[in-house]
Parts: sequence; C-alpha cells; structure tokens
Amino acid sequence: MTMNVKATGPATLLLMAALLTSSARAEVSDNAIHYLIQAEEFEYRYGEDQDSLNWDIQGWVGTDENKAWLKTEGEKILGGDLESAQAQLLYSRNISDFFDLQAGLRQDFKPEPERTFAVLGFQGLAPQWFEVNLASFLSDDGDLSARVEAEYELLLTQKLVLQPSLEVNAAFQEVPNQELGSGFNDLELGLRLRYEIEREFAPYAGLQWERKLGETADMARAEGEEVSATALVAGISFWF
Amino acid sequence: MSFLNQAKPVAAALFLGSLSLASLSAKAGIYNLTIDEVMTDIGGELRPAMGINGQIPGPELRFREGEEITLNVTNNLEEDSSIHWHGLILPYQMDGVPGISFDGIKPGETFTYKFTANQNGTYWYHSHSGLQEQAGVYGPLVIDAAKREPFRVDRDYTILLSDWTNEDPNDVLANLKKQSDYYNYGQRTVGDFFEDVAQIGLAETISDRVAWGNMRMTPTDIADVSGYTFLVNGRNPDQNWTGLFKPGERVRLRFINGSAMSYFDVRIPGLEMTVVQADGNNVKPVKVDEFRIAVAETYDVIVRPKEDTAYQILAESIDRTGFARATLTAEETTATPALPKLRERPLLTMADMGMDHGAMEMDAKGETGDMAGMDHSNMAGMSGDAMKSGIAPEAANGGKILVYGDLKSLKAVEDYRAPEREIELRLTGNMERYYWSINGIKYSDADPVKLAYGERVRIKFVNETMMSHPMHLHGMWMQLDTGKGEFNPLKHTVNVPPGQTLTVDVTADALGEWAFHCHLLYHMATGMFRKVVVEETPDLSSLTAPVGE
Repeated sequence: MTMNVKATGPATLLLMAALLTSSARAEVSDNAIHYLIQAEEFEYRYGEDQDSLNWDIQGWVGTDENKAWLKTEGEKILGGDLESAQAQLLYSRNISDFFDLQAGLRQDFKPEPERTFAVLGFQGLAPQWFEVNLASFLSDDGDLSARVEAEYELLLTQKLVLQPSLEVNAAFQEVPNQELGSGFNDLELGLRLRYEIEREFAPYAGLQWERKLGETADMARAEGEEVSATALVAGISFWF
Repeated sequence: MSFLNQAKPVAAALFLGSLSLASLSAKAGIYNLTIDEVMTDIGGELRPAMGINGQIPGPELRFREGEEITLNVTNNLEEDSSIHWHGLILPYQMDGVPGISFDGIKPGETFTYKFTANQNGTYWYHSHSGLQEQAGVYGPLVIDAAKREPFRVDRDYTILLSDWTNEDPNDVLANLKKQSDYYNYGQRTVGDFFEDVAQIGLAETISDRVAWGNMRMTPTDIADVSGYTFLVNGRNPDQNWTGLFKPGERVRLRFINGSAMSYFDVRIPGLEMTVVQADGNNVKPVKVDEFRIAVAETYDVIVRPKEDTAYQILAESIDRTGFARATLTAEETTATPALPKLRERPLLTMADMGMDHGAMEMDAKGETGDMAGMDHSNMAGMSGDAMKSGIAPEAANGGKILVYGDLKSLKAVEDYRAPEREIELRLTGNMERYYWSINGIKYSDADPVKLAYGERVRIKFVNETMMSHPMHLHGMWMQLDTGKGEFNPLKHTVNVPPGQTLTVDVTADALGEWAFHCHLLYHMATGMFRKVVVEETPDLSSLTAPVGE
C-alpha cells in the first residue's frame, strides 16, 4: 500500500535519528539493530452477508530500547471496495521490562474521507501472558478516541495454538461523518486455532465476531445496517 | 562467499591426526593456525561453517608447561576474527578479545601471539569475535605438566563436547530477538495443566500458573536454543568417536565443554569416574557416577575399565534434547550401540527463582517485580517437592553426582587471604525481549569494573534470572568458595544456577584490560559482559562506587 508521505516523512526522520544515536561498542553487539515483520492475521472471512479479505500486519526495526513500528490493518470486501485501511508509524521506546511507550502517526486511507491521527500508546506483555496494546488517537479534526487490544495463547500442543483475541474501540465524542457515536464504538472477539508448521509459518482457522455498541450501534440501526457480524475465518500467520 | 576447504569435508577431518602440529621442542614452539570458511555436513546437511586449519574443531594444541609459545593466527575469513586462549594466564595483549586486548585480526592478516605456558592442564581456545564460536571456531588446548602429576594414567583422551546448528548463528540470535521462545518445544500445554490438576489439585495448579504468569517467566526455560547436533571431538552421535583401551588400564578423559549454549550431564554407564582436575587445576580426587559440565568448563576424570567390552560416554544436554556420545572400547570393531532414552525434560520450580530467599528484584531497572508481593502463602499449597530445585542435577543411576562442594584444591592456594572488598554482580536479563545484563545494565551502557593491582576482591554473583550462567573471568583465577578455605579450587568459569548466590575471590595480579562475561554465547552477545581493568592506581572513587551502576 502507499503511505502518505507528507504525513509520515517527519516521523520517519525522527525515528532514524533515534536509531542512529544509540551507541554501540564493536566487541559486543548488544545494541544491534534487529527487525520483525509479522502478519498476525492474513485471512479470508466468510461472513453471513459478504466475504472479505482482512489483514493485520505489524513490523518493527530497531534496538532493544528504540524501535520504529509500522502497523497496518484493513478489510477488502470480496467483489467490492476496500472497506477500511489504516497504517500507523510509531516510535517505540522501551520503558519497562515488558512495555514500550509508542508515539507517532496513524493514517486512515479508508473509509473516506482520509484522516490523520496522532497516536500515543503502550504495547507489551501484561502479567499472565496477555499481549496488550492500548492506544489513544487524536484526529486532525480534534476527535479523541482509544483502542484496547489483547491476545492470549493457549498451547494445545507445542505446535497447535488456540488464540483468543479482543479489541474494543471507544470515542470521546461523536464523529458523525464516520458513523461513530460517543462512548464505546465496537467490540471484536476472535478465536483462531493455528498450527505452526514452522514457528514462522502457521495456517489457521477460526471465528471472528464483531458488534457495534452504544450510540454507534444506534446510528447503524438508523441506517438499516447490521450491528453485529460473525464470520468464519481461514488464513495464514507468518513472520520473518 | 568462497569456501576454501570444499575438498575436505570437516566431518572427515581426523581429530587426533593433527597431533603432528605440536612442536617436539619443550622450550619454544611455533604454531600456525588459520581461520577458514569450511563446509560441513555434521548436522545432516551440507552447511557453511568456520573452522581452524580447515577443521571443526580446530587441531588439539599440545604445549609443555614452561614452553615459550609463538602462535601465528591467519584470518582467512571475510570478516574480522580472533582467537582467545580460554583459561590461560598470559599478558592481556595476548588474550585475544577484540576491542579489549587488541584490535582483532583483519581479513587476510596474521596476528602473532607470544606467551609462556606457565600452567598445565586441560583448556581450549575459540574465536572471541561475533558468533564465530558457534560456527565452529574452537578447539582443545592441553598443556602437559613439567613435573610428574599426582596420578598415573596409561591413556589420555580429550573429549571436546560442542553443539552444532545448521542455522546461521546470526539467524539464531535474530530468532531469539523476534520470538524468545522460538526454540522451546517443551512448553507447558493445556494437557499438562490437566495432568497437574489430577496430580496436585486445581487450586495448586492455578496458583502455580499464576505465580509464573506474574513473573512472565516459564519454568520450561532450560535452554535458549535447541535443534542442536551434539558433538564429541567434532563427531556426531552416529559417527561415534571411539577411543581404545586395554582392560585394566587407567584412562584419562579430558572433558571440555566447547558448546555455545549447551550444558551436559556426563556419565559412562558401567564406569565410575574419578575427577582429578577442574578447569585445568588439580583437585582432591572425587569418585562420581555423573557430573554436570557448564559451558566453557573443563573436568579431567580417570576411569579404569576392567571388562573386555565397550563403554558409552554419554553427555546428555540438560534440556534433554539429545546426547553427545563417544565410546571407549577394548576392541577395534564394535557395532555402534543404540543411545539410551533421554531423561524427562526438567521444569524449574519457585526454588530456582530464589523464592526461598525473600528479597527478589526481578526488574532489570531495579523496580521490584510482581513477585515481591507474593509471599509463601501463595505457595503454601505446593507440595514439598515443588520447592526443590527442578534443575539441580541427579545421577541417572541414582548414584553420586559431582557438586561444587566436592571440589577441593589438591594444594593450598598460595595467595589465599581475606578479600579487601566485595563486589556484588547481579546476573540479570529479560528472557522475553532476549537481552542479558549485569546489575540490570548491558555492556554497552556499563562502566568497566576497576580493580587495584594486587588487591584481593570478593565477587558475589547473585543470579536473578531463571537460567544458569557460566561466568568466565579472563586473565585471573577465581577461587570458588566451596567452604574449603585455602583449598577452595581455582576456576576460570563458574556456573551460577538460577536463583542462587555464589562467591569467588580474585587476586588482581594481572595488569591490563580483561573480559568478564557469561559464556553462553547469545547471553554474551546481548550484553551480559563487563570489561575489567586492573590498574596500579585506579581512580579511588571508582573503587567505592557500586560496580556497574
């Protein structure tokens, strides 16, 4: 996908500067730069009304302390439009053993109109092995919203892993042109069973359930839209 | 990348065949080593590797005590390299650590090491550059004693244990950074949960899972890297390195753990082993059935096989993923016997997390971790067994296993005296993000440890991680406190098990700059490393400042 260069250029420069200032001594490369690109979800969703292709891909490059993160997620309706597409470019600073503070920009390419957000959040591993991401977003229109994501991994065997996931979005004010009400906007629950053929490559299948909440749900009903959707999913997760 | 030794598969290089390299002159010897790109199929597929004189491991260097040694080391790699003489006491410029002792050896260049062998015993040598050691740049080093040794042997074999991976070592490190449990295929599953419920009940099982979950650590972290083929003298278990004996002979086996990451439990079913040296120094003989050898340690044992048969030397990795195997046999031709079943993979317990010691600072940055709030009532339900170490070694035959408390120097150590000060080194790290540190600080952020020339200093290692760390000091002996006073043994590498505290005394008798680090290769590479500077008149303020902070 194409990035909005105008919006992300300054952030990229800041990130590069942060990475280059990290000191390193030749004899022990304990500040070496590593990277990860990980497609957690790359899947086909068989819905009640429509099918779609969905992705949730994240990547980072950097040292233990300083990283640049790129996150993108979106949905393409089969035989239809790109329903949603967004990307975040973040500077990620390790602030405790298990958590990073992240700040940067988010660009929503779809739904239109395109919007830009400032992002501030935390990402890391909570006690009891919950992978969590808490992020707040301030749009270029001054709208404030927040997102909570959590995942857990249940090992059925060393290679067969059941992964429940949760995402909640909330807005602190109404955003009519996005059909978002104030308060909780939506809840997504997922359950995916993957088989790690290699650590880096795992096909999976599962369920995805989404429901609009509160005012957002009321707005959808008024438009004659469904407020909840369930889909069977099948995909691959991979990283390199 | 060009492979200089394609015509000579490393697997075929006969280990003992290179003895001819050693000089016959006792007073001065010149040795030539090259560090080369080689190919090996030792792990089942043909892979690029790095060797010394075209072979993995490098040739056995055999010196005489008192010999003046000249070693010309030529780097035929396309990257910088180095050789460090592990355990040797020598001038710091000859110690072979790039960035500390010297600048390293550039591609195509030769560095000449000159030093005198002022000691005897079993040692080894390896690259101290990047991750080259894992790629094959290591070999055995034996210094024959000038005087008669306090034991008599009829045969003398070197048993160099190591771990080979078909992966590029840089990929191994990258995998650990991306997913720290990448190599752990022994994690607890839902099935294990229900088995534990059946065994110890639901409440205890849950409280156990909660205790580990709060720490965000797993009791299955026994070894960081798996997928290894374990080698004896460069031979895999199928190739079965074999040594001959005549029944009744005394056979000396010089065990060296030249692995990058793997600890072994070593046994020879049917034979009792008498440990006579540890890290090259004579110890009061101890009869054992089995011993654990940490990465970079050496132990010399004497066995006396009496039967006209074959005995298997079994070195079982502590995560129970495989054996390094060799055979001692009275007959030239024996069928290679089947390997025994691996023992069950151990699980760490709260005892290994130092939970019986109260104060725990788990956090690399000095914050008190979640465990501080966890008192013993949380574990009151745990059976007595659960509070025993899960990783302490036990002999496979139920017999005697060597412990550090057994080690007693044969001679009183000359400079035994009370230390003038104590330096506490907390061994810290973050398994989840895969970096390792000392006192919560990685090497690149740390000040050197400064010692005054001639001072006696006590180093107290406090292991706050869930992994064992083999701590290695260059250039000076560590006198390991085993409660034997002046007979405490001298070691170059000491194993600090998870959750435990261990003290060593060091006489700072070697001026210069030295490396001091965990010898698990990927722990060293990610920060568990310090520079030690021994100076005539160090800045006094640095002596009183807490080390590394």
